[in-house]
Amino acid sequence: MENLKKDHQLTLSVSPHVRSEETTSRIMWSVSAALVPAAVMGAYFFGPKAIFNVALCIIASILSEYLYQKATAKKITVCDGSAFLTGLLLGLNLPPTVPFYIPIVGSAVAVVITKQLFGGLGYNVFNPALIGRAFLLISFPKLMTIWAEPTAAFIKLDAKTTATPLGILKEEGVAKLLELFGDSSNLYLQLLSGHRAGSIGETSAIALLLGAAFLFYRGYITWHIPVSFLGTAGLMAWAFGAKGALFAGDPIVHLLSGGMLLGAFFMATDYVTCPSVKAGQLLFGAGCGFLTMLIRLKGGYPEGVMFAILIMNCFSPLIDRGFKTKVFGAKKEAKK
Amino acid sequence: MANTADTVNYLDLIKNGLIKENTIFKLALSLCPSIAVTNNLKNGVLMGVAVLFVQTMVNITISVLRKFIHPKVRLPIFMLVISGWVTIADMSMAAFVPDIYKQMGLYIQLIVAFASILARAEMFASKNKIAPSMADGIGMGLGFLFALTVISFFRELIGKGSVWGYALINAKPLLIMILPAGGFFAVGILMALFNWIDIRYFKKGPAASH
Repeated sequence: MENLKKDHQLTLSVSPHVRSEETTSRIMWSVSAALVPAAVMGAYFFGPKAIFNVALCIIASILSEYLYQKATAKKITVCDGSAFLTGLLLGLNLPPTVPFYIPIVGSAVAVVITKQLFGGLGYNVFNPALIGRAFLLISFPKLMTIWAEPTAAFIKLDAKTTATPLGILKEEGVAKLLELFGDSSNLYLQLLSGHRAGSIGETSAIALLLGAAFLFYRGYITWHIPVSFLGTAGLMAWAFGAKGALFAGDPIVHLLSGGMLLGAFFMATDYVTCPSVKAGQLLFGAGCGFLTMLIRLKGGYPEGVMFAILIMNCFSPLIDRGFKTKVFGAKKEAKK
Repeated sequence: MANTADTVNYLDLIKNGLIKENTIFKLALSLCPSIAVTNNLKNGVLMGVAVLFVQTMVNITISVLRKFIHPKVRLPIFMLVISGWVTIADMSMAAFVPDIYKQMGLYIQLIVAFASILARAEMFASKNKIAPSMADGIGMGLGFLFALTVISFFRELIGKGSVWGYALINAKPLLIMILPAGGFFAVGILMALFNWIDIRYFKKGPAASH
């Protein structure tokens, strides 16, 4: 660096010129750190198998990134944390009891096909972890929908299988859900703490909110996408959630169950695949919320967060174009 | 390309269609059937054979008629010739392989709209003699058959664990590969592989411009 400065006294560089401590890898590691509470809760409820699967996802992601970059003679960037984060997100999105090859296949698809083939970090159109999960759900529909009943599984090793709250809601309606959980306040409490069947990292609302608060505090995510996402979904759940009557649904159950919080705070806000203009982000979030509830209420799957975010990912470039900010200092175009 | 000299190298014409201007892997034409009907080897091969037949016969017919077709109405006439031969292929398949025809009958009729067939009629057969036109048709058809065979072989092997309907692999298959989404994966990856082999082993020096 010293030599370089001596040789080239005049340093030219493109904007931005403001120096900051923030780097891509720092943000990636921070987001990963923000997911730790959710991972810990998942490990507590679903036991060693869940830890094993998440770890396998992370290792397989890093390894496939390393192998791809080695094979194509590219700069090896496994230490920037993006492969780690992809693996962690994918792991937290898997059911706890999947066999070992599922995390490996999913991670390889997520990193190689979704990210590296499109040009690496920053060029991917879709969220890698979500494509990995979509690939797995379509390839192994049975294995990917076996949900273990949450227990403090370190104590009791045999996990029973059960349906997720959204599955029950879809098949048997809200009455059955209330019957299983006692009354509605107990239901909310269980959903908040995460004592319910679901993917490893999506169950505990408190842990996810804790991680999200950390990201807000550090300024890594803004309110636009999560608020419009959850707001639209809540509104739709309230308006159309109940059968036969308008404006009688229960938005809280919908917001706290499934992958809604994990998706709204950690996956829809992915820098690469969401619009960069704030007004566009509002539209993006609203679209995610609308599509999620459309799939949950009218579609074939009980859960729609994944497909909703992936569909809106396609529209990100279009939204960005539609909400182009005015170039600073430029004159308004004269109307013809 | 339009080799009008008396000494025509027929082998080169066939090789051109098979490798250098492979309909799917090089020209990226007619991708719809390459995704829609290739979820098992049997369908893929039959589709390829149907296209090989139609392509060859259309090229011969256009070449025979090339002096009588007025340039201003050539496209409607090409279409008429193509749809005539497609109808023959369609009815023969309905008669001889009714089971498979039930699954892919619509796609056989869609051969009428294949860009590759009209393109060869316009670019080659309407300007060349009968024998080279036939060689060109066979080459393009074989190229298409080759591409569909490779794609459907891998899709069936990975998506169902079988080849031509006989189970081979006893592991859990990747179901996505026989669904439409997997078709895009398979075509894209095989296209990349095919071009990589081509550049690596057949083109010495700088890569061709495309």
